[in-house]
Amino acid sequence: MNIHEYQGKQLLRDYGVAVSTGIVAFSPEEAVKAAKQLTTEVYVVKAQIHAGGRGKAGGVKIAKNLDEVRAYAKELLGKILVTEQTGPEGKEVKRLLIEEGSNIEKEYYVGLVLDSATDRVTLMGSEEGGVDIEAVAEATPEKIFKEVIDPVVGLTGFQARRMAFNMNIPKHLVNKAVKFMAGLYQVFVEKDASTVEINPLVVTAEDDILALDAKFNFDESALYRHKDIVELRDFDEEDPKEIEASKYDLSYISLDGNIGCMVNGAGLAMATMDTINYYGGSPANFLDVGGGATAEKVTEAFKIILSDEAVKGIFVNIFGGIMKCDVIAEGVITAAKEVGLQVPLVVRLEGTNVDKGKALLNESGLNIIAAGSMADGAQKIVELVG
Amino acid sequence: MSIYINKDTKVLVQGITGSTALFHTKEMLDYGTNIVAGVTPGRGGEKAEGVPVFNTVVEAVKETGANVSVIYVPAPFAADAIMEAVDAELDMAICITEHIPILDMVKVKRYMEGKKTRLVGPNCPGVITSDECKIGIMPGYIHTKGHVGVVSRSGTLTYEAVHQLSQAGIGQTTAVGIGGDPVNGTNFIDVLKEFNADPETYAVVMIGEIGGTAEEEAAQWIKENMTKPVVGFIGGQTAPEGKRMGHAGAIISGGKGTAADKIKALNAAGVETADTPSVIGETLIKVIKEKGLYEKCKTH
Repeated sequence: MNIHEYQGKQLLRDYGVAVSTGIVAFSPEEAVKAAKQLTTEVYVVKAQIHAGGRGKAGGVKIAKNLDEVRAYAKELLGKILVTEQTGPEGKEVKRLLIEEGSNIEKEYYVGLVLDSATDRVTLMGSEEGGVDIEAVAEATPEKIFKEVIDPVVGLTGFQARRMAFNMNIPKHLVNKAVKFMAGLYQVFVEKDASTVEINPLVVTAEDDILALDAKFNFDESALYRHKDIVELRDFDEEDPKEIEASKYDLSYISLDGNIGCMVNGAGLAMATMDTINYYGGSPANFLDVGGGATAEKVTEAFKIILSDEAVKGIFVNIFGGIMKCDVIAEGVITAAKEVGLQVPLVVRLEGTNVDKGKALLNESGLNIIAAGSMADGAQKIVELVG
Repeated sequence: MSIYINKDTKVLVQGITGSTALFHTKEMLDYGTNIVAGVTPGRGGEKAEGVPVFNTVVEAVKETGANVSVIYVPAPFAADAIMEAVDAELDMAICITEHIPILDMVKVKRYMEGKKTRLVGPNCPGVITSDECKIGIMPGYIHTKGHVGVVSRSGTLTYEAVHQLSQAGIGQTTAVGIGGDPVNGTNFIDVLKEFNADPETYAVVMIGEIGGTAEEEAAQWIKENMTKPVVGFIGGQTAPEGKRMGHAGAIISGGKGTAADKIKALNAAGVETADTPSVIGETLIKVIKEKGLYEKCKTH
């Protein structure tokens, strides 16, 4: 789960990590009101969307006075911002962060990620901040430093110090940098983040070390123990069908095609997308109903697929293990009867309780095209959709 | 022969009184798995599907000699259950549970250092040695005894591959689901090593997916060490970048972890890859025919 920059900065503030001072605004009036509360010569007006690359896309403006704050706020709010991370459709700006300008001396990068090669949280840092860090990693990997963190003792003082020296933080500011990194690690583990990126981390003319940006991602499997983080979720940033699916613990992702897919298991769901593409079709979604799904959840999943107007046909591909075929059949039948099925439906069932599942579908009276295998089903639905 | 488990394996079910665990305990017993004990704290002394239930893993091991556990404990408590199995010095703990917080697993991996227990999973279908021992949630009837090893990051895609093999008359030694989480116990290389050393396994099917670099590392290992033919498939060839495809580990970010990279690495290591999941079986048969292993692998 992602959160906005201003929310991430508040979280950092709560943990004593230094960030630039700013206030969120939802309208030009609020933007001006926010600016009035700041003590600064220039204001930074920053679009708040869940995507990076905002600066380059024109989503960050420097305002010299309150009139300019108002003008930029008017310009940005409601604007569709297309950055390198939003995709061509872009994202609408609905929130702004109004901040005090900083006298930047130099920009750095720090981040915490899970490294699955070591199964540890890893601190990354570089003196090449403020730019695309992936490009730095590609071109000059020697400029990115790493410290692998032992979960028992956490980020140690010597590791944070070594990182600060490696990043060429000015000597007299190393202790401030160490404190910054320690706080960053603390918030990471206490809130079950999966990544945190501070890009840029800046040293100012006043000898402060501040986070000018904050990008957080949280482990969705751990959200059950972080009600405060769940409250930061911004539904405007997500696809409505994905929101609906998440209410029922369904893993759903919207895609551009016209064949709705319902599959159990992430691997099989990806493979089903691949197979539909292979036969010249185009999937409308990725949908993993998961292992422990009930008939009610399957019904909801089916309704979500049908709510997508682009869907011209549905392929249900189930290989039951923990998921039972009869549960899938029940859910499909209920949904089809409740909402009325107007598009062709191809069903392939195999695995746990397959005979019970097939019998239920046969007795349902629904117009269901049975498929003998994944390839057979994919070919049939591609043909039917045309 | 087989790897990891066989007819002599004594199985313990952690979380046995939950509804999913009960269903699959019955399925495992029906398959012929030797389940000797169950554990649910506070339910010691009861029986579940005829299996004696204990309060702690240590007690269950002491009373029954169980050496492998399978974990169906709900996600908030699953990390603790794994550590309890490790503490009891079981040979293996197979964790079916999905959605365990990643940082819980980071701690579990640290706790396991220097200890004897092998962890498979979490978020996996389990391990099955055909006709001998089924531990997990996979449908038993699709598996047939034979000479092909299967290792996979995805549960349902493992079933798909096994089903194709069995239908084509190609049986399996052992099928291992290693799970789709970024922090897990057993990786591709661990399983490939076992298959390479197992005299009854003549060829291997390896199923990966987008995200991470486990397939690339396995490809390197295969190139340097593997003496048996390996056939591969990578799921998510058409997945868009930046979208997490269900599994916590399955995401292409910053252009890394793409299916194309993985397929390239596998092909460079001499691993033939199936273009679609529907031809995993066909691809394996083609390769074992070329290597003169087909007749030895054919079971009916």
